[in-house]
Amino acid sequence: MNNPLTPDDIRQTVLRILGEIAPEADLTALKPGVSFRDQLDIDSMDFLNFVIMIHKTFGVEIAEADYPKYGTLNGCVEQLSEPQ
Amino acid sequence: MADFVMPTLGSDMTEGTLVEWKKKVGDRVVKGEIIAEVETEKAAIEVESFHSGIIEQLLAKPGETVPVGTVMAIIREEGAQTKPSVQAPASPAPLQTVSPKEPVSSLPPAPPPMAAPATEPGRLRISPAARKLAGELGVDPVSVQGTGPDGSISLDDIQRSAAQRAQPSAPLAAADRTGDRQARMRQTIAAAMARSKREIPHYYLSTTIDMGRALTWITEENLKRPVTDRLLYGVLLIKAVALALREVPELNALWKESTAVQNPDIHVGVAVSLRQGGLIAPAIHNTDKQSLGELMSRFQDVVKRARAGTLRSSELSDPTITVTSLGEQGVETVFGVIYPPQVALVGFGKVVERPWIIEGRVVSRPVVTASLSADHRVTDGHRGGVFLSTVDRLLQEPGQL
Repeated sequence: MNNPLTPDDIRQTVLRILGEIAPEADLTALKPGVSFRDQLDIDSMDFLNFVIMIHKTFGVEIAEADYPKYGTLNGCVEQLSEPQ
Repeated sequence: MADFVMPTLGSDMTEGTLVEWKKKVGDRVVKGEIIAEVETEKAAIEVESFHSGIIEQLLAKPGETVPVGTVMAIIREEGAQTKPSVQAPASPAPLQTVSPKEPVSSLPPAPPPMAAPATEPGRLRISPAARKLAGELGVDPVSVQGTGPDGSISLDDIQRSAAQRAQPSAPLAAADRTGDRQARMRQTIAAAMARSKREIPHYYLSTTIDMGRALTWITEENLKRPVTDRLLYGVLLIKAVALALREVPELNALWKESTAVQNPDIHVGVAVSLRQGGLIAPAIHNTDKQSLGELMSRFQDVVKRARAGTLRSSELSDPTITVTSLGEQGVETVFGVIYPPQVALVGFGKVVERPWIIEGRVVSRPVVTASLSADHRVTDGHRGGVFLSTVDRLLQEPGQL
């Protein structure tokens, strides 16, 4: 599948999704290379919902074993930039 | 005729504020249908009707704070005669409090001015112009009491709020609503927990459970499921507790008037931490009868609605036991405080790798510590131990859950 999204598009979309999962979070201070769970008050339920929203928004299949790859902003951009 | 009263959504609730009616006089309502939104110390709750019929009178007005048990509306059975005298009163009829122990009392003095009856920005009744003005004047619309139709916030309301805030002596007029709720929730939790520790003779038991089979099973199960249907391992814990309660039903009880009353149904309350602080433990009804997929779906739903402030009244009033997990916070063992009138609480810690002996060999296994806080007036350690052993046994056969 061709992916017309730029890394910045992906980054903004991921941040929007995170904002829906954790509306109280200050995402402007998010460190892109650090785990979401180390920076935000999110639990396993939140992270599962995040993965589901990534799946629905980007149309990607995400194996449970690959969840850790989506655990940072940089990781999400890297994964979602790859051709599916 | 049936009374629709301010429900009690836990022993710690003494009053509630009507946010809005979802029905109007003359509307048909069926049992279980949401007819009002009420704000409690903990959250905004959608309240269901326990009766079917026609709304005869709406006695409480949005914004009013009334004690638990106060009659807020009258529901007439369909086909029954309308009372000739029933008309929308020019001024609110005196609200009545129904209590089996106390004489009927009238509504206490009107509450002090309160914030607008809305719980989330998306639900505020406010015009774009008023919202824009609020932004310009630095007023949080959530803290403004609307005086327009159905409590909607007008330009005047915003200007009045800004003026009040400018007066140094304005007493809490512009107090932050979220902060208020947090403070009230803390007070509510404090009252319930203090009462629990004062009145309930707790005893505590714990056991370490090998989670190897359960985690292997759920990993394999999730491989078969699309991402939208995957399970969290916490669902296994909840289901195991629910099934264990069938074998030790004494723990699935409520303490009422100096005696324990076992509940025929098992409604596990799951502790949910709220983002603004505090916690709430809504029920997943008939937990033992749900498949794991159904349970996961309901678990996701109640967590989402708990955090959005859209729980239903029955979800707060019905839990027969509470399950809490603090594993994600790094806790290994939970020593929980029972939420009265429940008589037990089950806690789970984090899964950790520990040396474990299997058939004489020391191996590394993922284990979790399950704990039980129970009311010694109702059960003894023997039955509590049987319960924890049953949870352990059930988790060794996850495919049977």
